[in-house]
Amino acid sequence: MRIIGKVWKFGNHIDTDIIIPARYLNTSDPNELALHCMEDYVRDFVKKISPGDIIIAGDNFGCGSSREHAPIAIKEAGISCVIASSFARIFFRNAINIGLPIFESSEASLGVLQGDELEVFPEEGIIKNITQNRVFKTNPMPVFIQSIIASGGLVEYTKKEIERR
Amino acid sequence: MEKSITEKIIQSHCDKKELRRGELIKAKVDFAFANDITGPLAISVFNEIGSKEVFDRNKITLIADHFTPNKDIKSAEQTKILKEFSIAQNLNYYYELGQVGIEHALLPEKGLVLPGQLIIGADSHTPTSGALGALAIGVGSTDLGVTMATGEVWLKVPESMKFIYGGKLNRWVGGKDLILYTISKIGVDGANYRVMEFAGEVIKNLSMDNRFTMCNMAIEAGAKSGIIEADEITEKYLHEKTEKKYTILKSDPDAEYEKVIEIDVTDIEPQVAFPHLPENSKGISEVKDILIDQSVIGSCTNGRIEDLRIAAEILKNNKVNKRVRLIIIPATQQIYLEALEEGLLKIFIESGAVVSPPTCGPCLGGHMGVLAKGERAVSTTNRNFVGRMGHPESEIYLAGPAIAAASAITGKISSPEEVI
Ligand code: SF4
Repeated sequence: MRIIGKVWKFGNHIDTDIIIPARYLNTSDPNELALHCMEDYVRDFVKKISPGDIIIAGDNFGCGSSREHAPIAIKEAGISCVIASSFARIFFRNAINIGLPIFESSEASLGVLQGDELEVFPEEGIIKNITQNRVFKTNPMPVFIQSIIASGGLVEYTKKEIERR
Repeated sequence: MEKSITEKIIQSHCDKKELRRGELIKAKVDFAFANDITGPLAISVFNEIGSKEVFDRNKITLIADHFTPNKDIKSAEQTKILKEFSIAQNLNYYYELGQVGIEHALLPEKGLVLPGQLIIGADSHTPTSGALGALAIGVGSTDLGVTMATGEVWLKVPESMKFIYGGKLNRWVGGKDLILYTISKIGVDGANYRVMEFAGEVIKNLSMDNRFTMCNMAIEAGAKSGIIEADEITEKYLHEKTEKKYTILKSDPDAEYEKVIEIDVTDIEPQVAFPHLPENSKGISEVKDILIDQSVIGSCTNGRIEDLRIAAEILKNNKVNKRVRLIIIPATQQIYLEALEEGLLKIFIESGAVVSPPTCGPCLGGHMGVLAKGERAVSTTNRNFVGRMGHPESEIYLAGPAIAAASAITGKISSPEEVI
């Protein structure tokens, strides 16, 4: 698998109220949530991005509430993956559980500019900056988490577990 | 190996003999809950997995607290999903308008969460119940949906940080000020992935309400949870709520911590966290001439009876400033009733405040007091992110109930000393 996309760059502590403001949480319809993704931060974000684009952020991405609506809004908006120096823990879990690829890399977070073109190889943990001709390596996920992702998220993983019992 | 309370709780909920920090394990859950925002998604997940029955109808609850009283058709639909699921699954506990309170205040009050337990909630402020000496962890909806089916959750065995509070508390300084001060020292990601264990003489003498406030905001430092060992104060609190049995676990004296931070509280003033992060906290003496349009006293952080008593003490025989809307929200029906019986509601109404039914409401910019463009609020809630309480160009200053009440009277962010 490989992911190719253009970079949208964000700062530190991008919280879940920025990703999807609570005023839209009276629904859990992914399409509707996606319409408002990041709108208080980048006006018309969803209209500006192209499918496959990548979010790059600094520390503590996804801090704040436990709303799974946040990774869902990002995924449904067409973002292919999020790379950050670090993630807040509930967001980290939620992204894995719903199958939004995420990568932790301070080097990539610092070494990438708005609009750069990236190529990401999730299994190998390799991030290539095509525009700047640089390569970054991240730590591969723990085996347990890889098996959740390989199953397509926690729902599919659990289905198999239940069948096995 | 010597263990922390967190490790002991995890150990007692999984079948591993020895735990390694950083290891991923599956643990059995004692109690799980979701609300009107996270619940509907969790229920879809539950159905998608193909589950027919919840793992235990006595160990799950759904709490419709965020948009209650349902603010529009969409939120009414969300609550309906919770209600229908609760009926279909014959859940022993289900709460909506009439019985509902803000989940993290309601669960301890109903005696549903107990020391030594492993608790999972689809809400980030789940760590609040850590004040009872339980390990209470916030998760997302998929996690919760799976837990409702299996009774299990995947967890990483966390490192712990110990915070030891010593010294003498100043007047008007409570749990909110201690936790805001602590977050300002370590930052909003200062405890990422770790558990914050609060200890020391000051904590030993702190009331349950103040302890809940501290554990509530551990997430605002990125923590997996906040926890305080159960003691006589905890047992006395529980004695009035439940007859259920529980196990008290304590950290071994030589347990290893990733960090031990000692905090002398003697010089800590009442705190105010400036926009737009909870870490931007300052002592009240450094806060000058910040006019406000709204003051909110409530939420899972500071909507308990002691908070309301403090507010009433300050508002008694005073009037809310003309430029300010003061919204007071008892966190549960029980607290509402106590406030009524103690005469607090009369003081609030006579001062010019409005008393809301228990709801999250304005805390998340949901309803019941949303901010307009350019407006400023002082609030006893827990997050002052951009747009959290309304318009993206509004501002939130976080504080305890004393400052929130005093500021409502003066019209600017003020120390209670100014009005009392
Ligand atoms: S009061 Fe605020 S922080 Fe607490 S559960 Fe409700 S929305 Fe979340």
